[in-house]
Parts: sequence; structure tokens; C-alpha cells
Amino acid sequence: MNSLDLSSATAAQLISALRAGTISSLELTQAYLQRIEKFNPAVNAVVTIDHEGALASAAAADQARAKGAEGPLTGVPLLHKDIFCTAGIRTTCASKMLANFEPPYSATVVEKLNAAGVVTLGKTNMDEFAMGSSNETSYFGPSFNPWDLKRVPGGSSGGSAAAVAAGLAPLSTGTDTGGSIRQPASLCGITGFKPTYGRISRFGIIAFASSLDQAGPMTRTVEDAALMLSAMCGLDANDSTSADVPVPNFHTALNGDIKGLRIGLPKEYFSDMLNADVATSIHAALKELEAEGAILVDVDLPHTRQGIATYYVIAPAEASANLARYDGVRFGHRCDNPTDLMDLYARSRSEGFGDEVQRRILVGTYALSAGFYDAYFKKAQQVRRIISEDFKKAFEVCDLIAGPSAPNVAFPVGAKNDDPIAMYMEDVYTLSVNLAGLPGLSVPAGLINDLPIGLQLIGRPFDEETVLRAGHRLQLRTDHHLKTPQIGADQS
Amino acid sequence: MSWETVMGLEVHLQLATASKIFSGAANKFGADPNSQACAVDLGMPGMLPVLNEQAVRYAVMFGLGIDARIGKRSIFDRKNYFYPDLPKGYQVSQFFEPIVCEGVFQVPLSDGSLFPIRITRAHLEEDAGKSVHDRFPGQTGVDLNRAGTPLLEIVTEPDFRTAEQAVAYLKALHSLVTYLGISDGNMAEGSMRCDINLSLRPTGSDSYGTRTEIKNVNSFRFVEKAIAAETARQQELLEDGVSIVQETRLYDADRDETRSMRSKEVANDYRYFPEPDLLPIVLTDDYIDSVRQALPELPAAKRERFIAQYQLSDYDAALLVSSPDMAAYFEKAVTLCDEPKAIANWMLGDLSAALNKEGIPVSQSPVEPQNLAGLVARITDGTLSSKLGKQVFEALWQGEGSADQIIEARGLRQVSDTGALEKLVADVMSENQDQVAQYRAADSSKQKKLIGFFVGQIMKASKGQANPQLINKILTEALDSD
Amino acid sequence: MPVTTEDVAQVALLARLSIPEETMEDVTGRFTRVLELVAELQQVDTDGVVPMSNPHDMEQRLRADAVTEENRRDELQKPAPSVEDGYFLVPRVID
Repeated sequence: MNSLDLSSATAAQLISALRAGTISSLELTQAYLQRIEKFNPAVNAVVTIDHEGALASAAAADQARAKGAEGPLTGVPLLHKDIFCTAGIRTTCASKMLANFEPPYSATVVEKLNAAGVVTLGKTNMDEFAMGSSNETSYFGPSFNPWDLKRVPGGSSGGSAAAVAAGLAPLSTGTDTGGSIRQPASLCGITGFKPTYGRISRFGIIAFASSLDQAGPMTRTVEDAALMLSAMCGLDANDSTSADVPVPNFHTALNGDIKGLRIGLPKEYFSDMLNADVATSIHAALKELEAEGAILVDVDLPHTRQGIATYYVIAPAEASANLARYDGVRFGHRCDNPTDLMDLYARSRSEGFGDEVQRRILVGTYALSAGFYDAYFKKAQQVRRIISEDFKKAFEVCDLIAGPSAPNVAFPVGAKNDDPIAMYMEDVYTLSVNLAGLPGLSVPAGLINDLPIGLQLIGRPFDEETVLRAGHRLQLRTDHHLKTPQIGADQS
Repeated sequence: MSWETVMGLEVHLQLATASKIFSGAANKFGADPNSQACAVDLGMPGMLPVLNEQAVRYAVMFGLGIDARIGKRSIFDRKNYFYPDLPKGYQVSQFFEPIVCEGVFQVPLSDGSLFPIRITRAHLEEDAGKSVHDRFPGQTGVDLNRAGTPLLEIVTEPDFRTAEQAVAYLKALHSLVTYLGISDGNMAEGSMRCDINLSLRPTGSDSYGTRTEIKNVNSFRFVEKAIAAETARQQELLEDGVSIVQETRLYDADRDETRSMRSKEVANDYRYFPEPDLLPIVLTDDYIDSVRQALPELPAAKRERFIAQYQLSDYDAALLVSSPDMAAYFEKAVTLCDEPKAIANWMLGDLSAALNKEGIPVSQSPVEPQNLAGLVARITDGTLSSKLGKQVFEALWQGEGSADQIIEARGLRQVSDTGALEKLVADVMSENQDQVAQYRAADSSKQKKLIGFFVGQIMKASKGQANPQLINKILTEALDSD
Repeated sequence: MPVTTEDVAQVALLARLSIPEETMEDVTGRFTRVLELVAELQQVDTDGVVPMSNPHDMEQRLRADAVTEENRRDELQKPAPSVEDGYFLVPRVID
């Protein structure tokens, strides 16, 4: 396999090798499939492997390249979070409800990435219906953090983060409703990017909370994220909320410096909620950006704490409606021998959904019900606007906002199962970014006792370029993103 | 105690778009079950709605047609409830900010007067599918072809007091929407469905009683009967001192009664909230103006014009403008034969009777406007008596050609030649000497009756072709001379 | 505001979820804790603030009224648990 070490290879490196002809996509795909076979039993990051499909598209990719008909990502293996509908490959959302669901269509993102030439290896584990921050709510069991298999990889895109960290694929897709790309990226030491709401089509992505959901790339480097993002975004006539804005070349946007770039530090992100060691690493990363010429300024995001309450009304409320379609009639789990319609509904849904999903449906239903709408849902939508205005104000004095992606390193599996609130606090720094619809990037910022932590960079709406450039500059100066875990090293 | 019925109507109007409101599936009636329900209509995971431009235009056309305020920024909301014919578990509707806001609809009554009905709102929403209960033992079959059909729900204030007013409103509404071309208004196929909110109160009271909602009444006649049945039911209860339960009821035409809908018993809490998969519909003044410019002439304006331009009665004008096809037929015939009153009479008389008997719309009439105009022209110029006219109409209906061709082929030309008529009169008089003598001896009132006898004999002898006006003149002269 | 098991049962009915008797206390407890968290919303003064449903102030795009979907019934009904003669089947519903 030449000089390529797949445990740490980037997509950019693979593309060079493919172009140079030093490796074929078929060889590459086989090698990743072998790695999945070897390491997945330990990390449980992949829930469906499409062996045949992957080899067939790798062969096709090699042919395309030989004919000079390649796209930007031709022959590069990739894993999709199991929330993206993939025609012919089961799409489960890690739920018993959809355990056997094979969609007769693919998500726009899947089609766009196929058009760019990727080879889909399979689907990754996740929290059920993307509801969770630890990947523990999956019907297929938790995924484990490759840095410490006793710990969670974060969630909800935990499988995608763990897979890239473990070198099971150089690229994976994720979705982020309240931090579901950035928090697991932080906990697994990879790069994860949630672009601006509306950048990437939601068509064919199984909905959690429609006004917050956004897909994004999960990669080893910012450069790979830029390559992948360029292939994923663009106006989609099938998604009314997809934004009609020009798509820049995000890869070229990495060029250039960040001299004079004003980076705002919200004091609420550095409060006592933040683990002291994490704070130290974040400050060190910020120093590197300062050394690149960025100017650090103080900003206020005064409703950061209330962002949690806001999110935990709006997201469950939207979810309660989005998940009403799982009724055992047209697709999905149906209970045995329903006695009547009510029995069909109640049993199919309670058997098909896990506890956390049911809990959120209950909360969302309650927040919308007669007599509570104004106090909960409407109020949350009002606070949402205030939070969005807070960001606008902050961006009057800065070009980027920086802080931690998560308050802590990865926690042990099971540690927060009995306390939903403690779990919700994991997303305190990421939720508001979804409420405001802004782009947010998590890049590795070092290790604490061999556990990764991430720096979050938040940009203005549709200004992904600045976010990516700053992240890239950091990765040019540091090697946090190049560190890879020894999977199961301390266990064996 | 005497009671007053108070009603408000909600009409669900299916819009005549080519595709569904939120998907590219066909919007046609009568396809095989679920053959017209795409992944979006089925609410499959990951599917998203995109709004049909024509549905928006049709809603605005309706709003302008009733002079309502157009909501320049309207939003869609989710109405949440579980039912097998509702694939997503919510209906996308407009609750908080509808596209058509308050307006007043002037409903013409049969006496020619106008009855104003306040329209509360009209909003866009998606239709649900259909359930089939009698086909599978112990099971209900669900057909989602209708799911996603664009609906305009038109809601009135409680302005109706009688069934007649309600039916007049529905007929006028039907007329308006077919003029606008936004719906086929076919009640039998469910294109126009009516819910009636009905309550009673003591005559003279100005508070409202507890109302019931009668769902999905699907013909004008059933609207009348459902109102009568529900009014009687409520009155009986109230007079027995039993209070009315606010509930949804169904009109059962076979038993001519309303009954409670058991399936809706679970108290609903629809939990409306803004649909996050759709953004606000924003309409500019320019857009609204362009829709206004493109509106066709509407029934009210056309009726006024018919009265002024063709000197028609209120009543005739109202009937002629009731459907765009009827009005177009009339105007086409009038351009060919400038006898509006006579054409109106034929259309509202023999033609309407024949169409009703065969159950076909005027657009499919075997007697085309040029044929009717040809017939009226021949009556006006004296070629045909009105009696012969009816014969020719029959022949036109049978497709025997134009009026002139039929007159020629059947030799139906009216005899107006004075010489020939004088001979006919003389022959009849000589064959009926006794009656001539009686006539000449009688007083003037008796003479009038005897004239009828002679006319009858002469028409019989002429096989109906004698010109009656001329016969009258010649006969009277002949009888009165000598 | 304390939430009772009856409240939770009512919400579960609306959401068509069945909560086993033995877990009702636990579900209600967790539910209450979430409500306590979201009660923090009340700390924010929102007088006159327009609710925000979507992150961007964008307008709805309109689709041309054209039929773009063909009949794919067989494919689309493949994931359905119970289908006969093209109909989705559910236990008998009485109107």
C-alpha cells in the first residue's frame, strides 16, 4: 500500500495518490473494508457495510479516472451517517422503527457526493433519530470512542466521528441539529463542520427538527472538509429551505492569511461550566490563531444558558410532528396483531421508538398542546430571535466567534444515562449556533490525558470561507489533527 | 318558543391544478389506488414539500374575486392529528396567517336581490387521502391519491339563517370558482365539499347557542336536507330541555338524519405550529395587480352587463350567468342573431329542460349556439311559428342539421302567402256553414271562442304551417264581411 | 408547575405512545426535570419579540405546476407492512 497509512490518510492525500496512479480506488476500497472488518467490532461505528456496492463503484471510479472522466472525489471511500436515505441500502436512523427500511430514493447530498465520485462503504451508527449526544440511544448499541473504548464518541453523529478517527473511512457525512457534528468531532479528535442552515439540501435526510437540521462533512482535516463541502452544497429545488446563494470554491477559499481577522471570545463560553483543562487547551489554540495575525476580542452572548431551554422546546416540538409519520401504516415497524387503530399506533410507536425518542416526543407534544403553546413554544421562538440577535451584535465587533466545541472530553459510556439534563448540557456551546443557523466548525485542539478536545469556530451566515480559512491556518501550524488513536491499545 | 337557525359554512374547494400542492404527482380524480401518490404524498422519511405556484395564484384569484384582503405574507402551519388517511400525521394548512383574509361575498337570491355574506378567511391546505371500509373484511384500505390535492378552505361568518340562503351562497360560490377556472366545482367527485356549523337560538336573541358541525355534505340538495334534519334535531332537544353537545356530525342521506361521528370522539388538540419545512409566502403588490389584471369577467359584473346590454330581466340574467359556459353560449348565439330575449327564453326553457333531462352540461349540448341562433332567426322573420319552432328544436337536438336544413327537409316553412291563406279560410268556412251562422249571430264574447274553432280547423288543414297572425286577420275579415 | 402521571398519560395519548404502568413514575420524573430546565425560558423578557420559525428571513420559492412524478406504487409500497390491491391496510376504522 505504498507509503499511505490509512489510519491517518486524508482525502487530499488519497486523491493525489489516485491521480498519480500509485493506488487504485479498488485497492483503497478493499483496504478500508478490511479495516472496517478489523476494527468495527470494537468501535461499532458502522451499522451497514455495502461490500458489493462499494467494490462495484470503486471499479467504476477507476474506469472513469482511466477515461479522464473523474470528478473531484472520484474513488475516495466514504461512510454516510445512517440518517441519509440511500436507495438500495437500508436506512435505519439507528431505530428499531426503521430497522428494515430500504428507501426507494437517495438524499440529494448522497446523489451529489455520488456525482463527485465517492465510493460509499456503508452507513454509520448514530443516536436514534439523531436524538442524543453520546451515540448510546442507538438501536444497534453504542458506538465507542477509538481513543478509549470505554468512552462515548459523542453524538448524534458518533459513528461517523468514530469511523474517521479510527481510519475506517477518510470521509463521513454527519448531521447537526444542536451540535451533532461538532460535539462528536471534538470528542473523537476530528474535523467536523456544520455549514449555514440552508447551505446543504435536507431532501432525503430523515428529519429530526426541520428548522435546525443541517448536514455537513466529518473529516480528518479542514482541507478535506472544504473539498467535501464543495461537493455537498448548492440550491436544491426539492428543499424549500435550501438557500439560493452562490457556492464558492471552498478549497481555494483556504488560501490566504487571517491577519487582522477579529476573533470574538464570548465570556459565557469560558464560564465555570467549562472544564479547566479544556479551557487551557482552547486558550493555547487561540494563541496560535493570534500568532497567525488574528486579533482576539471579547464579545457577549448573554443568552447562551437559555439557549439550552430554547433548543429543548423547539427541537422536540418539531420532532413530535416529524416523527408522527411513523405509525406502522406505510413503512417502518408495525406491532403484531393490532386490535384496533389506536392499538396499532400506540404499540407500533412505543415498540419502534427508544426511550429518549419517546421522551422528546412527549416533551414536544406537551410544548405545543392547548394552553402551553404560548408559554413554551412561542416563548422559545421569541428567545430564539433574541439569541440570533445576540450573534448579530457580536458580529458587529468580530469576524469569527471562537470557543470550545464541548465543555468536557469524552465521558464514560453510561455515565449520563440517568440524567437527561446532564446529557443536554454537553451541547451548551453548540445549540445556539443551530438556533441562529450559523456555520460552526470543530477542529482538534489537543489532547487531555489522551482524549481529544475541539475548538469551535463560528461564522456569519453563509461565510463558511472565513471559518474554513481560520481552521486551516490552525492546522497548518499545529499537528493536533494528525494524531490518531491506538485502537484498543490499552485493552490488549 | 320560536327558534332561529344560525349557520356558518366552511367549503373545501379542490383547486384544478395539474399537480399536487406540495409535490409533482398528478392531481386527477379516479386513478388506481395509490398510483398517484409519490414519496412526498406518502410522507416518506426525508421527503419535503415545495409549494405549487398555481395553487397560490388560484387562491389569490379567489380572494380578488370576492374583494377580500390578500395576505401579503402568509404562512403554513402543521395541524397535528393521527388518522390513516393523513400520511405525515399532520396536515399542512394555514392557521395563523391565511392567504385570503376578510371579504364580503354578494350572493344573488332568486328574487334578484343581493345577500352579503362575510367571508372570514380562505386558506390553502393539502387534502387527505381516502379510506375504503367495505372492501377488506375487518380492515380499512387507505388510498392516498387524494393526499396533497390543493384545497382552498373558505370560511364564512355565521351569517346564514335559512337553508335557502346557504344553498344560494354555495351556488354563487360554485359559479364564481368555475368562472375563475380555479376548480371544476364537481360536488359529486368531492371537488367542493361543505361543512355546516349550525346552532339554534330563541328568535330575537343575539347570543349564539352551542353548535354542531355537519361534515362533508356533497350536494346542494343534501345541504338543504341536512340543515332541515339538524335544525329539527336540535330544536327537539332544546324544547325537551336537553343541551346540545358540541360535536362533529355526519349527514346520512339514506335515513335523512345527522349522526355523531364516533371516530372523532377522542378530543383533538391540533397543536398548530408554523411548518418549518416551508417559508412564508410573500406576495408583492405587482404580483397581486398582475393577477387582478388577468381575472376574467365575474358573474356579478356579467349579470349587470347582461341586464344593461341585452335588456334582460334580473332573473334571466342571473340564470344565464350562473355558469361561464351558459353565458358564453348565450353571447355567441346573440352575436349571430340579435334577439337576446328570445334566445334567453329558448335557453332557459327548452334547451335547459333537454339538458337537465339528459344530465349533460351546456358545453356538451347537441344544439350548438349557431343552431339555436338559426332557429330564433327563423321564428323572428316569420318563417316558423313558435309551435313549428319546437319541432325544429327537437330535430336540432337529434342532430338533423341546421334550422334551415330541417325546415327545408321537413317542408316546415310557415305559409304566409295571402292568396293561399284566403283559399284555406274560404274552404274551412264553406265546410262549416253552421258554425259560420252561429258566429254571425253571437255576441262579441262568444265570437272570440268560435274564432278559436276556425283557427284550429285551418291550422289542421295546413298541417300547422299557416301563419297564425295572418290567419287571424283574414278569418276575422271574412267572418265579419257579409 | 408539577406534572402528574395523568398529565403525562394525556400527552402520551395525543402522541400515540403507550407508556407501561410500571415506568410511568420514572417517565413522569424525567419529564418533570426537562420541564424544569425549559422553565428557564421564563427568565427572558420577550415583550414585543417576533417569534422566529426559521434561521433566515427567506421567502418561499414556488414550483411550476407540472406533473414530474410517475406511478412508482410498487416500489413505494415495498416497505409497507400490509398492502392489498394497491391499498394500505389498517385495522377497520368505524366512522
